[in-house]
Amino acid sequence: MQKEAAIREPLILGDKSYSQITEDVMAPIVGSPNMWWKVLITISGIIAAWGVGNILYLLGVGIGTWGLNKTVGWAWDITNFVWWVGIGHAGTLISAVLLLFRQKWRMAINRSAEAMTIFAVMMAALFPGIHMGRIWQAYWVFPLPNQFGSLWVNFNSPLLWDVFAISTYFSVSLVFWYIGLIPDFATIRDKVSGGWRKKMYTALSFGWSGRAKHWTRFEEVSLVLAGIATPLVFSVHSIVSMDFATAVIPGWHTTIFPPYFVSGAVFSGFAMVLTLLLIMRKAMGLEAYIHTKHVEYMNIVIIVTGSIVGVAYLTELFISWYSGVEYESYAFINRFSGPYSWAYWIMMTCNVVSPQLFWVKKWRRNLTFTFVMSIIINIGMWFERYVIIVTSLHRDYLPSSWSEFHSTFVDLGIFVGTIGIFMTLFLLFARFFPVLALNELKTILKSSGENFKKADH
Amino acid sequence: MARKVFHAMYDDDDKLKEAAQLIVDKGIRVKEVFSPFPIHGIDPIIGVKRTRLAICAFMYALTGTSLALLGMWYFMISDWPMNIGGKPSQSLIDNVTSFLPVTFEFSVLCGAHGMSITYLLRNGTVPGMIADNPHPRSTNDRFIMEITSDENGAMSTDDISQIISSTNPEELSEKEY
Repeated sequence: MQKEAAIREPLILGDKSYSQITEDVMAPIVGSPNMWWKVLITISGIIAAWGVGNILYLLGVGIGTWGLNKTVGWAWDITNFVWWVGIGHAGTLISAVLLLFRQKWRMAINRSAEAMTIFAVMMAALFPGIHMGRIWQAYWVFPLPNQFGSLWVNFNSPLLWDVFAISTYFSVSLVFWYIGLIPDFATIRDKVSGGWRKKMYTALSFGWSGRAKHWTRFEEVSLVLAGIATPLVFSVHSIVSMDFATAVIPGWHTTIFPPYFVSGAVFSGFAMVLTLLLIMRKAMGLEAYIHTKHVEYMNIVIIVTGSIVGVAYLTELFISWYSGVEYESYAFINRFSGPYSWAYWIMMTCNVVSPQLFWVKKWRRNLTFTFVMSIIINIGMWFERYVIIVTSLHRDYLPSSWSEFHSTFVDLGIFVGTIGIFMTLFLLFARFFPVLALNELKTILKSSGENFKKADH
Repeated sequence: MARKVFHAMYDDDDKLKEAAQLIVDKGIRVKEVFSPFPIHGIDPIIGVKRTRLAICAFMYALTGTSLALLGMWYFMISDWPMNIGGKPSQSLIDNVTSFLPVTFEFSVLCGAHGMSITYLLRNGTVPGMIADNPHPRSTNDRFIMEITSDENGAMSTDDISQIISSTNPEELSEKEY
């Protein structure tokens, strides 16, 4: 058995046994939902309905209902897309990269982080879909035989790379998540008594019985999936960044975009995981499994990725001057002093200054402070994309084409609506699915459970 | 002689591992172990071989790589070459850098899904299957070893039962089948 240093904080607090872990994780599934859950799902359901209404209105009337114009042809739509894809990066990072590094603290958070990833990528994929205008022809993005001569999609275009990247990322994350869920569904199946729950979990668990050979395969599959999901995570946001980096627009045409976007994605993803988990641990009584130490680890990741993002911002500024290209330097001077400077400074404050506060140990271990910071970071990361997209576009090559972007209620409705849909899906997940990888947690109970650590010394 | 199946239940993974070692040392073959989570180190004791799923994943991924390159060669070079921003469109090798992202994504797609489907099929865990773990607690907090008299023909069922009992299982059930 693996031993862990006695001074290392235990990952599972309290006097837990194998069956107690099962009980704790199953409590919200078998019990009736508490007040918190009911209130939250009502609010998010209403927001989601508003969002769906706006989407239907958009599809009926057209893209003209957004605030786009001839100069600023991309704004909230792609901002929201990149924001959601970015958020979707934390889940696979936690479950894949941290698995390769054998980080045991991931076990308490990977399940819900992966769920978050899947729902976030769904929300992201919605935006290019509705931006097409004729969403019923969305299948045209795939290279299918067609009657228009032999008109194939363009494999030279980063937009098409995105189609492959996002669909691969979504489906691989879904499979990774579900394979991990099967044994946990089996645990619930064997524990609940009769009724629709028994039937549902029997169907979901695919007849899992927990044989030794199956577990060997399970571990191999998890490891290999983690191994190939890791470069996948990095490739997806690199490709998203190439949507901009391969364009000739000053402010977009930047070689540092791929690493800068990837670290920004991890940064915002971890912030969203923190926002959700800090609510969930309270609402579902999981304080013994997701506690200060987990939050501290996540905040350390936030310091690292936030600092990379900060360095990237400054590098961009420096290079725009150092390159000697006047269009490039104008784009950046305009960013911090032009009509959108307010957005630039919100971005700088939220993303560069605020994560540095986590160097103070007391603050990064303070849950309320972390919760507030996680929301600030999410706001900042939304503005990052807004700044990159809108400020680079609004000053066209010809001053006569200069313009500004004004969002409409449809822009706002769809964006807020996706948050509502996302929250609704997440709450449903929290109610019916095991929110912790409970069987994986049992493997670390002896090495990192508080009671076992005490008994050892 | 009656054919019997023995199910020895333990309340701890390490206890089961020790017991399995003792039983195997006495020359009894352990047919199966059911546990709520992977017991590290049990495989060599009960003779579970290493899985070849990783090799499968590699093969599927290579298939994906080939299919992606073949597809893009057909779409972009052979069937309908287009001049897009002056990018080379006459030979695969000149245009291949633009095709790398999709090649990579498609390799991952095929590797991951191919392996996952193989995994589910090999396990027999597919939609509609019924579980056959001997005790419902084996997916919660109990660890069960299954031994059959068929696989241990040289020994009498009484002997097998005695050897298993000597490892102090929490519960030992014998069933004829």
